[in-house]
Amino acid sequence: MFRNQYDTDVTTWSPAGRLHQVEYAMEAVKQGSAVVGLRSKTHVVLATVNKASSELSSFQRKIFKIDDHIGIAMAGLTADGRILSRYMRLECINHNFVYESPLPVGRLVLQVADKAQVCTQRSWKRPYGVGLLVAGVDQTGPHLYQNCPSGNYFEYIAFAIGSRSQAAKTYLERKYETFSESSREGLIRHALLAVKESLQDEELTTSNCSVAVVGVDESLTILDARNLKLFIDGLDESASVPAEDKQADEDESKEQGLGTSDGSGSDVVPMETS
Amino acid sequence: MFATGIAEEDRKGSYVDRSISRPCNFEISQQSPVTHTQYPYVTGTSVLGIKYKDGVLLAADMAGSYGSTVRYKSIHRLKAVGSHAVLGASGEISDFQQVTQYLDELVLNDYMWEDGNKLGPQEIHSYLNRLMYNKRNKFDPFWNSLVLGGVENGQKYLGVVNMIGVHYKDNHVATGFGNHLARPMFRNEWREDLTLEEGVKLLEKCLLVLFYRDRSSINKFQIAKITEEGVVISEPFALKPNWDFKAFHNPTLGADGSW
Repeated sequence: MFRNQYDTDVTTWSPAGRLHQVEYAMEAVKQGSAVVGLRSKTHVVLATVNKASSELSSFQRKIFKIDDHIGIAMAGLTADGRILSRYMRLECINHNFVYESPLPVGRLVLQVADKAQVCTQRSWKRPYGVGLLVAGVDQTGPHLYQNCPSGNYFEYIAFAIGSRSQAAKTYLERKYETFSESSREGLIRHALLAVKESLQDEELTTSNCSVAVVGVDESLTILDARNLKLFIDGLDESASVPAEDKQADEDESKEQGLGTSDGSGSDVVPMETS
Repeated sequence: MFATGIAEEDRKGSYVDRSISRPCNFEISQQSPVTHTQYPYVTGTSVLGIKYKDGVLLAADMAGSYGSTVRYKSIHRLKAVGSHAVLGASGEISDFQQVTQYLDELVLNDYMWEDGNKLGPQEIHSYLNRLMYNKRNKFDPFWNSLVLGGVENGQKYLGVVNMIGVHYKDNHVATGFGNHLARPMFRNEWREDLTLEEGVKLLEKCLLVLFYRDRSSINKFQIAKITEEGVVISEPFALKPNWDFKAFHNPTLGADGSW
């Protein structure tokens, strides 16, 4: 997109009926490092690529726990994302105070979207420069939503945002039909494989990605380095696991755990494929 | 900070306790303290509630007393809240009407979301608790003892909130006189697996005792049943009291000078 005379103010329409400032804000999301989300019948998983600005610095935190049943992953201006996550936490905690029950995810997402919309219609504000993938579980089951700087929100079975997210989306589009019946471990594996697609040249390590899971019977947890490593190591073996072996995964997922020491796929012997 | 529908400041204008919530302005001459009604006018008496095998039963009579006068005899003190809960109230009837107004707004809000999420009985109970406690802290209580009964996902719920914000849940509850007359009977006879007939019989037994002994009660009752299928509030009915005691046949026997 190129500069034009209608893109200075968010409150100025272009003759083509566009708000360029809002679109530029969505560009900021596309520049952020990739974030992937997917859901099954029982769980939702978020995975992010963590970029460190230099060898010496720690990487940016992109996954935030909003409440026991909701977590978000952000791409774009993470500073804006922190403000939104503070707002979301407040809404959840206020709801919990009055009703002693978790705030339904869709309602929170809509509140965030309405908040974002305000910034697209005030001359003294600017749109939030962050896209959120919101993962949560409520009375109506697990959900995955995306919040845009434009004030739009969408529900997804699986999605990816950020730079090189198209590669992740292609993987998700290939595999999404299996997600619904996936086990927790299977879902995490898919998330990591999708994220891996966004890391063109680099190896997937515990320091350049993060994973968070939330489920019908599981509070939101961000996988620690040890468990994350087990999943990453398990990826190589089962990268060639065909559909049939997913049954074995489901049997072993009976034991609910944060990636137990059995690892993600060490009980599954992959078939030899060419 | 959060919207709960208690924004009286916006509704009632200057009737809010200025002296408590706003800073004192010495330039204005001293105002007399803002006061709120300190006693109820039209009141309802006991509400009873029990869990039974398939759900929850609530019972109340239909009297609205104006002090010692039984002024109104068709007050509905049991109101459905949403599809799977019933609220029963004793105490000031107008406050009960205001509370049901707030709850109706909440239910409408849920309905408009159209997202499959609904307020369950536990959430309604928590909301009522916040409401009652909040008002109590502003020295302007809703003068009620509320009983909330409901069913959600097969779970039976029965709770109480009163005007000072005390709240609890139990297998059988009562307000007012019911606490003294009905609860002991519940404690003796309540079981987890009461059938509908047994539950209704138990309630009717207690309602009759209350009619005998509570002067604010009348012989006109309603029973509400909440199950997985929903809410049913019965048509008003009467019980058959027994006045056929020997001592009542000739009441002046042994009281010379009486007639």
